[in-house]
Amino acid sequence: MLKSFKIGGVHPAENKLSAQKAIEVLPLPKSVFIPVGQHIGAPAEAIVQKGDQVKVGQLIAKSSGFVSANIHSSVSGTVKKVETGPDTSGYPKKGIYIDVEGDIWDEKIDSSPELNSEITLDAIAILAKIQDAGIVGLGGATFPTHVKLVPPKGMKADVLLINGVECEPYLTSDHRMMLEHTEELIVGVQLLMKALNVTKAAIGIENNKPDAISKIIKIAYAHSNISVVPLKVKYPQGGEKQLIKAVTGREISSGALPISVGAVVTNIATTFAVYEAVQKNKPLFERVVTVTGKSLKNPSNFKTRIGTSIGELIEAAGGLPENCGKIINGGPMMGKAVTNTEIPVTKGTSGILMMPETEAKRGEIMPCIRCSRCVSVCPMGLEPFLLMTVSEKQIWERAESERIMDCIECGSCSYTCPANRPLLDYIRLGKGKVGTIMRNRKQ
Amino acid sequence: MSTIIIYTILTLSIIGVLSAIILYFVAQKFKVYEDPRIDLVEAALPGANCGGCGYAGCRAFADACVGKGELADLFCPVGGNDTMSGVADILGIEAIKKDPRTAVVRCNGTCEHRPKTNIFDGAMSCAVAASLYSGDTGCQYGCLGCGDCVTSCDFDAIHMNPETGLPEVDDDKCVACGACVKACPKTLIELRKKGPKDRKIFVSCRNMDKGAVARKSCSVACIGCNKCEKECKYDAITIANNLAYIDSDKCKLCRKCVPVCPTNAIIELNFPPRKITVSDEATVETAKPIVKAPDQTTAEAKAESSEN
Amino acid sequence: MSKLFTISPSPHIHSGDSVNKIMYSVILALAPAFIWSIVMFGLDSVRVTLLAVAACMAFEFLIQKFILQVKPQITDGSAALTGVLLAFNVPASVPSWMLIVGSLVAIGIAKMPYGGLGNNPFNPALVGRVFMLISFPVQMTSWPAIGTSGVDAVTTATPLAILKEGVKNGQPVFEIFKNLPTNLDLFLGNISGSLGEISVAALLIGGLFMLIRKIITWHIPVSVLISAAIFSGIFWMIDPARYADPIFHLMTGGLVLGAFFMATDMVTSPMNPKAQIVFGVGIGVLTILIRVWGAYPEGVSFAILIMNALVPLLNRFIKPKRFGEVKIQSNKG
Repeated sequence: MLKSFKIGGVHPAENKLSAQKAIEVLPLPKSVFIPVGQHIGAPAEAIVQKGDQVKVGQLIAKSSGFVSANIHSSVSGTVKKVETGPDTSGYPKKGIYIDVEGDIWDEKIDSSPELNSEITLDAIAILAKIQDAGIVGLGGATFPTHVKLVPPKGMKADVLLINGVECEPYLTSDHRMMLEHTEELIVGVQLLMKALNVTKAAIGIENNKPDAISKIIKIAYAHSNISVVPLKVKYPQGGEKQLIKAVTGREISSGALPISVGAVVTNIATTFAVYEAVQKNKPLFERVVTVTGKSLKNPSNFKTRIGTSIGELIEAAGGLPENCGKIINGGPMMGKAVTNTEIPVTKGTSGILMMPETEAKRGEIMPCIRCSRCVSVCPMGLEPFLLMTVSEKQIWERAESERIMDCIECGSCSYTCPANRPLLDYIRLGKGKVGTIMRNRKQ
Repeated sequence: MSTIIIYTILTLSIIGVLSAIILYFVAQKFKVYEDPRIDLVEAALPGANCGGCGYAGCRAFADACVGKGELADLFCPVGGNDTMSGVADILGIEAIKKDPRTAVVRCNGTCEHRPKTNIFDGAMSCAVAASLYSGDTGCQYGCLGCGDCVTSCDFDAIHMNPETGLPEVDDDKCVACGACVKACPKTLIELRKKGPKDRKIFVSCRNMDKGAVARKSCSVACIGCNKCEKECKYDAITIANNLAYIDSDKCKLCRKCVPVCPTNAIIELNFPPRKITVSDEATVETAKPIVKAPDQTTAEAKAESSEN
Repeated sequence: MSKLFTISPSPHIHSGDSVNKIMYSVILALAPAFIWSIVMFGLDSVRVTLLAVAACMAFEFLIQKFILQVKPQITDGSAALTGVLLAFNVPASVPSWMLIVGSLVAIGIAKMPYGGLGNNPFNPALVGRVFMLISFPVQMTSWPAIGTSGVDAVTTATPLAILKEGVKNGQPVFEIFKNLPTNLDLFLGNISGSLGEISVAALLIGGLFMLIRKIITWHIPVSVLISAAIFSGIFWMIDPARYADPIFHLMTGGLVLGAFFMATDMVTSPMNPKAQIVFGVGIGVLTILIRVWGAYPEGVSFAILIMNALVPLLNRFIKPKRFGEVKIQSNKG
């Protein structure tokens, strides 16, 4: 029996259309729009102005708080304006427009492809480099990595988990990364272990990626303290709490952080970014993005500069399919639908998914038949049908006592509901309200 | 047979008497003194329990009226001045008169004025839509059209107009409880002073974008051009964040601001038709009709004039 | 922009399951038992089943169209399923008009007044059946003997009724058993009884189909059957002369039909595995209690209806195992 988390979970059709497509480098765009708020926490403060010349990798917006991250230019050229622009959040957000001129990299960056596996820096220096490079969780949560790597007082990490699960259907960027940059990833893991001062690391990979598992096992073999854990395919295994449960058997109590059970989780893409930042001095300004969809001509994995519009990615993958009814930034379970193709790729963009019109619309909403499937698939052991009802009726006390804040918004309930009820829509709304009420009470 | 009936009656009677005695003593023991005036005040209230006064229900409001001993911050919007003077009589204090108010929806972004830019397919709830994104049109301040205000209304006073996709307030039924004001995630609904014969003039827009941006997403958006502010003699109009606002307490309903608005963002309701005079002729083309939503011909005329 | 994209909150994919699929799958799962009933009772079983389905769907349509004035939703299959289940719980010889009355009670009293699909606290088919049982006790407890139908039908008693009658007359159980079918006959359904309840084998095939298709989970049927077996086993061990053995109890009457098809009715069963087990045990124990001490020889319908009434309480106080709950307790302890 392969390991997995115990409660709930679903298994949507995997549809990993681009799993066999090697990572390609996307041609440079003509202009980019780099939002200053690409992470959870305070948006960065722009430190360039209209007309400034910037180089690739140059700091253009500075971290503005404890939970915040630096933002670097992904291209070289002239700053056109600093203004609001389209954003995945659905609301216009402030960002920096840059017109691309050439491709001049900052001198400090080592752009050679050679592997640099020699770790010379100590933990503090590694952390500083990660912070300078503006690295955030690239799985989609975009939580600043340097904050995660410093446990709060009185807590200590004892194991580092690398999330190679990629449980979202369609997405393959982490899978390709594991196949094509295995050595770099292992160096990245060692860097993170040193930064965290832990002696154990485990890489969790779902066994629908046997090629990645065997390749990583081969390379990690030389390091006795790094283990590879194949996992049973089950969504949402990539959720932090679920991954920790699956790999270590430890269960995080309600409202607590992973560090409370001594675990720190980082994603594959993040680990690679850490390697590049520490060993190559390369800040986070590009990432691998899966562009996929059933009717897309050429589903691919592109190495893309941050700020490139998703329209260019779609063009490079064969153009917008005629029957496209929905564009999703991210995977189909947790990604966000976007209104147009001018939205830029940000640090959190793991994929662009185009859904055909036939699959874009939800089914007709029927009355709840109390089949309790939402309860049985909920990985947090909640009762989504009840949480939806109390959120709809705005009974916030009950929502809180039914632990609405434990919801990880994985979408398994809405996915599985035979009556097509918008369970997560309302639960997410209730979570927001209850969160506000709880914060106000604390103050 | 008769013995059974007698025993049954006897047993039930004894149980009844015993229960009555127990209940009497329990009631004595747990008796809570309550000001009898609370009941009187409650009886004088409309009993809708809508929460428009800010209290959980009519009983809680009555409790507050009696407890505070003055009616400075207390007002029942449903009952209005009549109810409040009744309450004041019961308590022997003075009522504070307030102008009656009514809810007004400040968005005129119908399908013709404000083209759709995407199709919303989530739960039919403005709150859900607003937490997801800016809305299914280019305007991030406008009505989402999912009808949270309609659901929130206890008085059946606000309804969606299927043609415009916008909610409309029924002035006769609206009691200004403010439930829809709280329900609207875009804060489009405002309680405004009820003018004579329900006449009202207001800026039907909340778009705070710069003029060009606002105009691009909606043809009847307020562009913050200041023309109405200059026209107003009573200082009732203020411009902030590219958006005009008419203070209903200062507005004298002179209607001068309405024709000067280049985008027809100012709406007048329940007025008699304007007399067409020579001086007014120039403005007739852009003047608002006296209906809630402008009909198609004016929309087209507007489109033409904006193209010119 | 020429093309408008659809925007909705995540998730953007769906399992593809629907209420209709679930309802029709349950009906499909009842097909083996239906076929067996045709073998046993002939065309009468077709008449009863089709009539009940037609009546239930018609009543639902009429109520939705003319009383509630909403868009009729009879194609969702729930009314048809109620009809099939109602038919399966009556003798094949039941008069047609009686069945129509039963359907009206099921749909018009037990289902629609509560708000229709998803809101009824009691299983509509069972309410209809119990109404018929109490109102027309003679017709509802005269079962046609095997192989006879129509006007020539010879009535007979069910094994449970024979047992009850015998025990009442003071006969020891092993004496009564001489007149009863063998366990194999009980299992295959070579006995008399309500239309759909007779063949344990056919019902198990349907139940297995639903378990494999994940329409139901094992919790309710297994807890009903095991608790009924254990509870009747206790009686049997106390005095085998007065009480029948557990295998007899499991195979007779509507216990298997109830456990797999009636108790698992989604709308009227609890919402999480723990509560479902409590619910199932309650049904099992109540069934045996009614069979042993009650006035009626059979108690599955009453047991399920009684437990239906407790479902809101079970849902309120028995919660699923939350993620991270174990940790909290161990931290406190």
